[in-house]
Amino acid sequence: MVRFDKVTKAYGDFVVLRDLDLEVAANEKVSLIGPSGSGKTTVLRTLMTLEPIQGGVIQVDGEPLTHMQQGERLVPADARHKRRMRGKIGMVFQQFNLFPHMTALQNCIEAPISVLGLDRDEAVERARELLRLVGLGEKNDHYPSQLSGGQQQRVAIARALAMRPRVMLFDEVTSALDPEVVGEVLAVIRDVGREYNLTMLMVTHQMGFAREFSDRICFFSDGAIVEHGSPDEIFNNTRHERTQQFLRAVLAGQ
Amino acid sequence: MNDIFDLNFAISILPSLGQAALVTIQMTVAGFLVALPVGLLLVCLRLYTAAPISYATIGVMEFLRSTPLLAQLFFMYFVFPLWGINISATMIGIIGLGLHYGAYYSEVFRGGIESVPRTQWEATTALNLSPSRAFLRIILPQALVPVVPAIGNYLIALFKETPILSAIAVAELMQRAKVIGADTFRYTEPITLTGIFFLVMSLLSATGVRWLERRMRKGTR
Repeated sequence: MVRFDKVTKAYGDFVVLRDLDLEVAANEKVSLIGPSGSGKTTVLRTLMTLEPIQGGVIQVDGEPLTHMQQGERLVPADARHKRRMRGKIGMVFQQFNLFPHMTALQNCIEAPISVLGLDRDEAVERARELLRLVGLGEKNDHYPSQLSGGQQQRVAIARALAMRPRVMLFDEVTSALDPEVVGEVLAVIRDVGREYNLTMLMVTHQMGFAREFSDRICFFSDGAIVEHGSPDEIFNNTRHERTQQFLRAVLAGQ
Repeated sequence: MNDIFDLNFAISILPSLGQAALVTIQMTVAGFLVALPVGLLLVCLRLYTAAPISYATIGVMEFLRSTPLLAQLFFMYFVFPLWGINISATMIGIIGLGLHYGAYYSEVFRGGIESVPRTQWEATTALNLSPSRAFLRIILPQALVPVVPAIGNYLIALFKETPILSAIAVAELMQRAKVIGADTFRYTEPITLTGIFFLVMSLLSATGVRWLERRMRKGTR
């Protein structure tokens, strides 16, 4: 479903991703873990086309994301191609990024109406359903400022789902939350993973959740994947010194 | 005739001045309604177009802000006709105020737009909104809230600048006061009444802007 092929991403001389290869199967749930600055969030941001890449090719659903086929050659994608490809992907951000001047419901119908072309009634009905799914059926008409961090993040998840993505990206979605509401957001992600056929990539520091929820864990360090494998392989039988160090440090803190 | 301020004379010219005050208000509103879209257009051209157009826009904006409004008005009033362009004084007044203050408004809007976090744009990308839709529905509404007071203050400034239109004989309040003065050789009453009108209106509007400002602050987080 998602394939990174020798992808390089750099800010000037600073290389964030170095010849990265990564393949994620349809419906697979993959957690990206590793120290900060290791490039895991950049993986999600390049997938969402928020950041351009300097080398390699990203494929989504069998098609190049930031390139397009022109005869035999791949050329940089134009705006239209990027918009079409982006439709397959949804993203939830660390800081929620809800639209503060819109209610929870309005946040969830804006894009379905203007991008998917749903009529208003249909969009509202679907949005209500999604807000109910994330446990906020009562909060349709609340503005983000009237909601707690955990509630805002759940609205953000509903908003992303309303676009019917095939791939969902979760970028440290619990990092900005108070500890006591982390659980409610993770529970929603668990439900979403069960209810929908979604390919999920998540950057997280919640090792317990990553272990229980993921099909596969990728450990990042210095812009590359040091190792990847099932949660059991990574958490119980890692062979890499770096992974061991990281997990020891993180688990000691939790 | 020897009174410094003849109350009866003052009362007798009130209807005439009142009529002209209405023109002043009309010019203010019309100028404002031109300035807002002009400001929006300028800021969009500046922020969201390729370098040549963007720089050209900055040039136009600086030109509008850095030359006197009176010179701009005179140019349209006296020079345009030489080129066969004939516009009524009223229209020149509206266009002049609209362009001049549009340039100021574009800077006000820019401040507002740049105060919206970049992450709001990222959210619109993630939701696949078109750039124009994202700007109009998501960015602009958030950009306007903090600059409402500045918009109001420039509106008051624009209002106070309308007497300049008397220089091209627009029948607004100052022009009427001058005409009455010339006809009767009494300037004290019409000019004083004109001053009082501007003072009262400006004070009222400033109070309005402050009230709006308080309300907006309460409305945001």
